[in-house]
Amino acid sequence: MYTLFKIELYKIFKRPRTYIAFIAITALIGIIQLGLKVDGKEYISFVLGDLSNTLQINGNLCNGYFVCYCILQLLLIHVPLLIALIAADMISGEANMGTLRLLLSKPISRTEVVLAKFFAASVYTILLLVWLAFLALFISIFIFGTDDIFLIKNNYAVQIAANDIMWRYAGAFVFAALAMLTVTALAFFLSVFSENSIGPIVTTISIIIFFTIFSTMSIPLFNKIKPFLFTTHMVAWKEFFDLKVDVNNISITGSIYRPDKIINSVVVLLIHIITLVSLSIYALKKKDILS
Amino acid sequence: MKKKVVLIITLCLFSIFIQAQNVDALVEKVKQKMNQVNDYSVDAKMKTNVAFIKAPIGKVKIYFKKPDQLKLFREKGISILPKGGVSVNFFSVLNTKNISIIDAGTTVVNGSNTRIVKLLPLTENSDIIISTLYIDEKELLIRKSSTTTRENGSFEMEMFYGDLINLGLPNKMIFSFNVKDYKMPKGVTLDIDDDLSKEEKKKFQNKKGKIEFTYSNYIINKGIPDNIF
Repeated sequence: MYTLFKIELYKIFKRPRTYIAFIAITALIGIIQLGLKVDGKEYISFVLGDLSNTLQINGNLCNGYFVCYCILQLLLIHVPLLIALIAADMISGEANMGTLRLLLSKPISRTEVVLAKFFAASVYTILLLVWLAFLALFISIFIFGTDDIFLIKNNYAVQIAANDIMWRYAGAFVFAALAMLTVTALAFFLSVFSENSIGPIVTTISIIIFFTIFSTMSIPLFNKIKPFLFTTHMVAWKEFFDLKVDVNNISITGSIYRPDKIINSVVVLLIHIITLVSLSIYALKKKDILS
Repeated sequence: MKKKVVLIITLCLFSIFIQAQNVDALVEKVKQKMNQVNDYSVDAKMKTNVAFIKAPIGKVKIYFKKPDQLKLFREKGISILPKGGVSVNFFSVLNTKNISIIDAGTTVVNGSNTRIVKLLPLTENSDIIISTLYIDEKELLIRKSSTTTRENGSFEMEMFYGDLINLGLPNKMIFSFNVKDYKMPKGVTLDIDDDLSKEEKKKFQNKKGKIEFTYSNYIINKGIPDNIF
């Protein structure tokens, strides 16, 4: 299976399409960084809003950590679309080219084929995220410097000391990897049913858009189904950037306000991944290869 | 009968005059005590307690030079301070020339008997509208103050003294102030979830803020260059 996995990786990284996502992320992050470098102060005063009428907040607010947080907020909604470009092509692409029949006629089980392809797509997903982390965090730190991070939530603001941030980003990126692997699993699952890659790519993107709208709208009817949607749990990485406070309302360094929420989301996302990959194996095993 | 009325009125006026003189003298004594300090620098730990802000303990360095130069530098991290408030200090209030001093009785502040003294700047462009000082007559210390400003609202300061009691420099100060309503639109925060309970939300709506400064390493009267301010 390891040989198969290496072959799948070779196939992924041989295609020019693979690098579209890396180029797109580089361009997007570059634009955000340029914008914040030029007009960061205006953006910060816009974000602080009414708060600056009462309080004077001094320091390098537009620092690398803050910029990275902004980038993650904006991009982690869109990266799934880039992941779908590759993951949704893994089986359907082979079917479209007529190589799936040839591949499955080899003395390897269909389970091994599915797992090798899924792991290869996962490597692509993780590399994309590593690239994103490098640009969003390390390049931002290089350009904007470091300081405490000051974040505005819906009902309150959080200040996290500079020496308490890095491990939170490590946690957030690991969580984001899990969230993106869920998208990979979904796109991969859909690719089993199609003879060309356009269908599963568009379907994956549609599902993500559809579910994100459900997750965003605070309508009581939707609130009941929200906990079951993976898009609701994909944003739980932000929980790493909220702290507990003591009786004097002083934030506790090294704490997370709602760790249970992260654990819950990890469990839900893992269930999604395992279910979708298992269903992919089952579907491919039952599939008549006619192409 | 007329003589009695005149006598009573005279006595009352005399008593008010004496009292006014007493309170003027008290303020003057406090001023003299504080004027022993020409400048100082001090390290401070800053605890921010604003309901809707979760902040760690900060470290700042404060520089002061007579008559009213005060600068606060954050040593590490972001500092959150009430707008305009911290720059108001007793030195500048007490050293204002055109000021009316009113005796408003006595009260107990943190276990110390204090005289309530109201200071009204008479100049039209003064940012301070009224300042109330709670002066410990025995130690000649300001234990508490309450100030209303034109631009930055009202705030209170409570002082706790330690080894520099003879110079009137506190080792701890609690600064209380009011904060305005705070609500961020979701478009800015990009937070999808808003699953806080009503109790949690209510907790964040408390409009009273406090900042506690704990001072250490005072360096007094060693001279501070003007370019610091």
